[in-house]
Amino acid sequence: MTNDTTQNVPDRMDKKKAMKRLKLMQKSRALKHEAMVYTRYERFWHWSQALLVFTLLFTGLGLHGWHGYVDFEEAVEIHTVAAILLLILWLFTTFWNFTTGQWKQYLIRGGVRRVVRYYLYGMLVGEAHPYKKSLQRKQNALQSLAYLSFMVIIGPALWASGLLYLLYDLWDDYSWALQGLKIVAFVHTGAAYMMAAFIIVHIYMTTTGKTVFHYIRTMITGYDNIEMTEVEEAFYKETKTVPMRD
Amino acid sequence: MLNVYRMLSVSFWVFVFVPGGALLAAETQQVITPQLSLKVPGGTADHSKFSILKQDFANGSDVTQACLKCHTEAGHQFMKSIHWTWEYDHPVTGQKLGKKSLINGFCGNNTSNEGGCTICHAGYGWKDDSFDFSDQTKIDCLVCHDQTGTYYKTQNGPGHPDMNHIFRDDPPKNWSEIAQSVGLPTRNNCGKCHFNGGGGNGVKHGDLDQSLINPDHALDIHMDANGLNFSCTACHTGKNHQWSGSRYKTTAVDPVGRGEPGFRRNVASCESCHGTSPHEEDEIVGIKMNHHVDRVACQTCHIPEFSRGGVATKTLWDWSQGGKLKDGKPYKEKDYTQGDGTHRATYATIKGRFEWGENVVPYYNWFDGVAHYTTLETKIDPSKAPIDLNHFGGAPDDRNSRIWPFKRMHTVQAYDTELNNLLYTHVWGDDDSSYWGNYNWEKSIKEAMKHTDVPYSGKFGFVDTYMYWPLAHMVAPEEEALACSQCHSKDGRLKHLAGFYMPGRDNLPWLDMLGALMLLGAFALVAAHATARIILKKRG
Repeated sequence: MTNDTTQNVPDRMDKKKAMKRLKLMQKSRALKHEAMVYTRYERFWHWSQALLVFTLLFTGLGLHGWHGYVDFEEAVEIHTVAAILLLILWLFTTFWNFTTGQWKQYLIRGGVRRVVRYYLYGMLVGEAHPYKKSLQRKQNALQSLAYLSFMVIIGPALWASGLLYLLYDLWDDYSWALQGLKIVAFVHTGAAYMMAAFIIVHIYMTTTGKTVFHYIRTMITGYDNIEMTEVEEAFYKETKTVPMRD
Repeated sequence: MLNVYRMLSVSFWVFVFVPGGALLAAETQQVITPQLSLKVPGGTADHSKFSILKQDFANGSDVTQACLKCHTEAGHQFMKSIHWTWEYDHPVTGQKLGKKSLINGFCGNNTSNEGGCTICHAGYGWKDDSFDFSDQTKIDCLVCHDQTGTYYKTQNGPGHPDMNHIFRDDPPKNWSEIAQSVGLPTRNNCGKCHFNGGGGNGVKHGDLDQSLINPDHALDIHMDANGLNFSCTACHTGKNHQWSGSRYKTTAVDPVGRGEPGFRRNVASCESCHGTSPHEEDEIVGIKMNHHVDRVACQTCHIPEFSRGGVATKTLWDWSQGGKLKDGKPYKEKDYTQGDGTHRATYATIKGRFEWGENVVPYYNWFDGVAHYTTLETKIDPSKAPIDLNHFGGAPDDRNSRIWPFKRMHTVQAYDTELNNLLYTHVWGDDDSSYWGNYNWEKSIKEAMKHTDVPYSGKFGFVDTYMYWPLAHMVAPEEEALACSQCHSKDGRLKHLAGFYMPGRDNLPWLDMLGALMLLGAFALVAAHATARIILKKRG
């Protein structure tokens, strides 16, 4: 079937025109194909971030006195190294997001209410998900909102307060330093609790796919079933911009 | 050495720049002003070869007069020293401090007890108010400079006949031999008094006792007899017979650190050798620890416990229990056996009840190096006992203070129940009112207070007091230093210090409550949703 569709795409069509054409074609009859939704870098970003965040959360809770599984000194060392690595990762990912244009995935769009309604009600009574995953829009509106909050509220609150915490010695001479440290501790701890709550819900949400482990497998392999028109499919296969398994 | 330099310098001028000898004369006539230099170890004089010391001295004062023949300035210098005056006018608080007038939590006070207490005065003959502090021939050079180890001091005035057992049965001193032995003070010299303060080995300080005469590495890394083997003056630098490091006014925060060679001679701080960033700067924990040094004294982590050398220190002295007799006679109970096997008194008729401690965890507090004392004149509020006999300034928001370790001494001692001030007591003397021998507080206090301008109501009681002794000795090896978690934990060593947020110890309880609620809420939401999914799926 691939042979038929490729002929629909002119050989020397420029990309812009092709995309426009594709969007038109998407509205027509679509089939699901196993395509790479999450590129290698996105998966590396996600899983290394997950590892670092878990490390930080675990050592951070230890430092805060919630548990005594790690000695304070070791916890400080691990927490600091993990924080620096995460900062580097986030810096690089910000760069990546902007150079690849992927930052647009996180823009807030309408439809949050419909998605929330789906999870609270529709899903339980067997309705279909109101959102269709596509390569241009990998996340539903609720996900975008959640990840955006993660990136512009929880994340910055953590790294900004964390850096201030780490560099306390640079500002501890000021008269407000004692009060300042308390505020830094407040922001850092508060944001950490928000991060923990995010993670709990985030992990649970991974079980809401076709099967319990479907989303996790997708995040590991990068492949998911995406509806695409024949034209779209043909384009990706011809240009090899998106690896496909079928 | 100086001559060599001058010759070189002169040759330089003569042969390189200046033809002819005209300027040579000008160069040699130039006035030489004092320059910075350091003492050359080894010494250049053998005192046993000095004929002036090869005489049959009748007493210590004769030796001193011989010393002063060559050391022309030593007497004038020393008479300004606190070792001689026992007085200190505090430049910050204006208080008059010094052993001469202060009340401590041990034997009490010097006034009216001079005959006994001045056994630790670096002079000869201070037995009452009449001692002449301007007579330099009464300076005791030998207690600090004797290197035979045979020199000892005796009381300047007699005690009650019953107290004669305190006098040691030592052989007569060979003044000539001792005089010829003199050298720079060693730990044995300083320790004669400073290791035995408060009435015996290790009693007073906790970080100073006879175990430091020959300490091993584990007890003190600097004084380790097989290692660095520092004498006291290696750190307690000074000039003109004035030594740095008095607790009355200490450099609690030393931002200067090492400075240039010979930069200053008046600081006994750890930083003056170790600098202000003493830990490894290429590892996270080292950097973090360096960030601590402006708020936490080196001593706090590096003296994890004191009295570690097998010698106990007194932690409680209850004077109110004194005076009990057995068969009409004073007695002692020695129910504490310290690490080196010596039995220490837990009760003595002359002094009351004692408690001892070894490997003691210090008391920690902010410390700005400025001592404030409760003197004889200070009004106290007995309802707020224990009364602090001394305390130091400092607070979390005071950048001139750091967290410092202390020995805290607990004493039960006499005070005026009408006028509310502490009292002097007369314990040493060959008379019918000295407590040691007569065991009568009324007479003892009345006699002691006669020597002061402070009125005494005639009514006394006993009150609990605390006295704080900042620690700086018995610095343990690196691996024995405190771990972070010994302070950074809910139940750590600094749990009683308020006014600052410390990670690991502190939290914002309402924030933790909110956080816990949020996490529980998230779990509840997830659990409810999952249950609903499972149930509804089964129903189809």
